[in-house]
Amino acid sequence: MRKTMKITGVLAAMMLTTASFAQAETLRLLTWGFYAPEELIQKFEARYPDIKVEVTFSNNEEMIAKLRATGGAGFDLAQPSHDRIYAAQLEYDIYKPLDLSKIDTSVMEPSLLDGVKANTTIDGEVYAVPHQWGTSGLMTNKALAPDVKRWSDLCDPKYKGKTSMRLKRTILLGTAFAMGVNPFEAYSDLDKYQQILDQVAEKLIACKSNIKAYWKGGDDLSAMMLSGEIVASETWDSTAYKLYDQNKDIVFVPPETGALAWIDTFALPRKGKADDAAYKWINFVLEPENVSIMSASTGAIAAVKGGLDLLPPDKKAAVNAAFTPADIANLKFFANIPPGVEDMEGKTLEKIKAATGN
Amino acid sequence: MQSDIKRLSLILLFAPFALWIFLLIIVPHAGMVVLSLREKVAPRVYEYGLGNYIDFINEPIYWNTLLRTGSMSILVTFLALIIGFPIAYYIAKIAGKRSRGALFLLCLIPLWVSDLIRAFGWILLLRETGVVSSFLLWTGAINQPIEFLYNDVTVIVGLVYTVILFMIVPLVSTLDGMDDAMVEAGYNLGGNGFTVLRRIIVPYAMPGIVSGCIVVFMLTAGSYLTPILLGGKNSSWFTEQIYDQFITRFNWESGAAFGFLLLAFTSLVVWLGLKLTGQTLANTVAKS
Repeated sequence: MRKTMKITGVLAAMMLTTASFAQAETLRLLTWGFYAPEELIQKFEARYPDIKVEVTFSNNEEMIAKLRATGGAGFDLAQPSHDRIYAAQLEYDIYKPLDLSKIDTSVMEPSLLDGVKANTTIDGEVYAVPHQWGTSGLMTNKALAPDVKRWSDLCDPKYKGKTSMRLKRTILLGTAFAMGVNPFEAYSDLDKYQQILDQVAEKLIACKSNIKAYWKGGDDLSAMMLSGEIVASETWDSTAYKLYDQNKDIVFVPPETGALAWIDTFALPRKGKADDAAYKWINFVLEPENVSIMSASTGAIAAVKGGLDLLPPDKKAAVNAAFTPADIANLKFFANIPPGVEDMEGKTLEKIKAATGN
Repeated sequence: MQSDIKRLSLILLFAPFALWIFLLIIVPHAGMVVLSLREKVAPRVYEYGLGNYIDFINEPIYWNTLLRTGSMSILVTFLALIIGFPIAYYIAKIAGKRSRGALFLLCLIPLWVSDLIRAFGWILLLRETGVVSSFLLWTGAINQPIEFLYNDVTVIVGLVYTVILFMIVPLVSTLDGMDDAMVEAGYNLGGNGFTVLRRIIVPYAMPGIVSGCIVVFMLTAGSYLTPILLGGKNSSWFTEQIYDQFITRFNWESGAAFGFLLLAFTSLVVWLGLKLTGQTLANTVAKS
């Protein structure tokens, strides 16, 4: 009697666990604002009724901080930029290798796929594949500041008090390019990189009096630009495209030295629990019609073949207004951040922020 | 039996508080201490040492920011006291019984809105194309838009606005308990308004003043949103440094050290403040 009770108990417990298994799997996405539009989530849940999608919006730094805090638990799919995988994995061991056979890589733009693979391969294992890409460059109001073409034009006294930038690594790199050096090449020699950073800091401190305020997110940048409080700024291209919709004078300008290109990727957190659902989501958002929905929301270009053509018409017009094929050829992709560089750049940014301009 | 029940109810009543203090305050702080004593020597390799604290001392940017944060917080506390005291006095002593509740409620209303929204309110008012600047343009008082945002004055105004309530509430409750006869007696004995304020009202209100100042100072020094959103290109706040260390530089070790330095610094300022004014926690805060 006792024994049968025990067996029924075990059976019941097993049935319960299998039931909850089959019933609902949750896909916990850690991604950027706009990277999981409601329309796509509903479509995905309609196709896979047993998967529920939960989204947490974040940015590169916070994604890594969140995953580091838990050793890679709490999320099933993360979308950091391609330069934020290698060092983060080496330092904190927060991702797990991808099983490429489960991803339809044939639809991806080969150059981007190879680039991301090359950047995120550790011990022969690939940790990320590309999703969306875009650039950082300049945004200008053509009517008020027609001749902004270089990173250094933000410091042109002509526009005193009328320009902005984000005090993050992008502007450090851009300023280095504007000085005629390629900072990515100096990554291998950190002493040399420090020298470059020191020069950049000097330039940007001198430039401080020209800046109205450092922007912190797309919203305050948009507000300053639309109100005409500033006439030019360092920017993400997607922000500029959104403003182009509202004011045709506001355009994205790839700097003469080349716009800086980033690729947001798919990566699996080390302790993610729904890998299959994650692979399903990856393949799902790579389907052409879903790419269009995604790009309409993100304003960025999908890393699939013909991604530019899958942009909604208004975004496509904005991209065509901004980029010539020569500009595209001149893109500078962010290189992997080696360990230690983050700290050097952080110190430099602090120095700039603390310096007194007027 | 009776005493057992008493003891049990004491334990039950005390347990949530003890758990809260232990699990949410003491354990995380102990973790932070350990973290702050770790130094990164290579990826995934750490050593114990005081390196993070030494870095702080060797880098003028860090302690300048801490001193700046400290001095601005003291200024904010002082302004909150100067502005809050008359308001509290009015509510507690002058206003009628019925309007007292309404006035108190009016003071509370801003707290119903989150810090973030209140900061954005200031941004809408003060930006170059904002309400104040446009109004002044319209009246002809100025002929070019003025930027009120992005400077230290705005940060201080915003902070005073955010924290003044925490000054008013303890002041009102202390002043409320003061017998009006004491003030009258002061006048009867020939004191003028200033003497009465200095010799009777302020000493009586001291417990409220001290607890209000401590709360306001701590809140200000530890605030993040207001200084970040209203502050300009030159205004660093120490909490921003901590955030940067943790989030943008992935340097949790020095972020934890900075957190402790902020805690130690603010505690020191409070202790100094008590010493200089000749007050002790026991006969002020504990009484209010």
